Amino acid sequence: MDDMYREVIIEHYKNPAYKGSLDPHDLSFEDSNPLCGDHIKIDLRVNEAGTITDARFDGHGCAISQASADLLLESIVGKTLDEVKELDKEHILGLLGIDLGPVRLKCALLSLKVLKAGVYGMNSATDELVG
Amino acid sequence: MAYDVNKIRDDFPILQREIRPGIPLTYLDSTATAQKPKVVIDAMNDFYTHSNANIHRGVHALAEEATAIYEKSRETIAGFINAPSSRQVIYTRNTTESINLVANAWGRAYLRSGDLVILTEMEHHSNLVPWHMLSEEKGIRLEFIPVTGDGLLDLDEYQVLLQQNPRLVAFTHMSNVLGTINPAADMIKMAHHAGAVALLDGAQSIPHFGVDVQSLDADFVAFSAHKMVGPTGIGILYGREDILETMPPFLGGGDMIKVVKLRSFKPNDIPYKFEAGTPAIAETAGFGAAVNYLSQIGMDNIARHEHEITEYALERLEEIPGLKLMGPSADKKGGVAAFTLDQVHPHDVAQILDGDGIAVRAGHHCAQPLHEKFGIPASTRASFYLYTTKEEVDKLVDGIYKVKRYFG
Repeated sequence: MDDMYREVIIEHYKNPAYKGSLDPHDLSFEDSNPLCGDHIKIDLRVNEAGTITDARFDGHGCAISQASADLLLESIVGKTLDEVKELDKEHILGLLGIDLGPVRLKCALLSLKVLKAGVYGMNSATDELVG
Repeated sequence: MAYDVNKIRDDFPILQREIRPGIPLTYLDSTATAQKPKVVIDAMNDFYTHSNANIHRGVHALAEEATAIYEKSRETIAGFINAPSSRQVIYTRNTTESINLVANAWGRAYLRSGDLVILTEMEHHSNLVPWHMLSEEKGIRLEFIPVTGDGLLDLDEYQVLLQQNPRLVAFTHMSNVLGTINPAADMIKMAHHAGAVALLDGAQSIPHFGVDVQSLDADFVAFSAHKMVGPTGIGILYGREDILETMPPFLGGGDMIKVVKLRSFKPNDIPYKFEAGTPAIAETAGFGAAVNYLSQIGMDNIARHEHEITEYALERLEEIPGLKLMGPSADKKGGVAAFTLDQVHPHDVAQILDGDGIAVRAGHHCAQPLHEKFGIPASTRASFYLYTTKEEVDKLVDGIYKVKRYFG
């Protein structure tokens, strides 16, 4: 458990670098985790080559979901949208540096789910996106 | 005889286990489901070991034995809630199914477009969604008794709603989040006075204090075994006899019929009319054992113990800076303490508590509209039962201080 609240997670939760919104933005998506009511919105700026030049997230949730969102956005700036489509569960777990049970995994994966659903142009985020 | 909580704890095998090496279980989630004493587990094991057969379907010795166990439990449960007759005690899967039974069988038959059903803002999803579904299907109207800032029902507003000729008033006896114990007898009397039928969700009340369905004069009462030290998968719908007699059946199949022809059927008598298919038979054995176990300790003794624990818990939790309790004071509520902690999400609270073996619930506890009303997405909930100790409450409080250190 101590592991789950590693300093990096608490730090990203308390002082997120990518929290906020982008106006104007090129892409914006949002969705909720019905299980716990967590909500997340992601704004992206993308250049003509399809590379993400800036990103922000907003919403509320637990430390795991908020820290994952912050770490995720940090990791995708400079990546292309096609590269984002390739990201999966392991990417998030690698960023967090911990292993999670099935319930908390949903918290950790919410931001990636919302991001990928947005990149694919889907109406709502599904679990298959991050399987 | 003095209430010996440690002796009671010895009856529950799971309370002896360690969650992780060296870390005992502190189970504060009985509102979600209660732990089971050995007598309940044994009753179900005994059924499968010695008496297993289908019920009402054979003349062989085992079929007779299984049927006797099934019906004996029904009588035990009927006695526990002081039902006039065990014919009025219908086995279902749980509280949710009991309420769905009323919505589907009674509601579909008797409610018309525009008819009013009164619910409350503190209902569990199980007493909201069946009525939403019926509203979509039949166009019934739903109105809600508001919850006041201190977590009580606004009975003046209820009185106003009653002037609109409601057909049904369906409400929880005790809120699973606020812990509020609603004045059920008065509310039912008011419903009857307005010509409405009254359904009581007893999921949180019947496990924790004595409930007498006759003195309450309830028309329907729904509850689950698993919240009262019994098994999952078995619950009860109690109903007024004349209403049950005229109500159409719910599910169709074996056991609920008297005669079946190729193109028609004649339903069985109550309560069998509402019990289609092979039921959870071993679970009824467990349910009967659970009720006997609670009766032996005495519901008044259990209620007194829980009240003492709740008072102590609220007092200790109130000391914690940044912690906000939901619901009324201890004299108006049962053994539930839901709270929010400044700057910390309930999931994180629950997760850090779990590290010390403390089991609490985090989320909206199947009462999303109630959380919305109070403007919060979720809360953390600790709940208490006959086996909860003050030492466990102390552990919870220490654990919350630990959470605050992590996030401080």
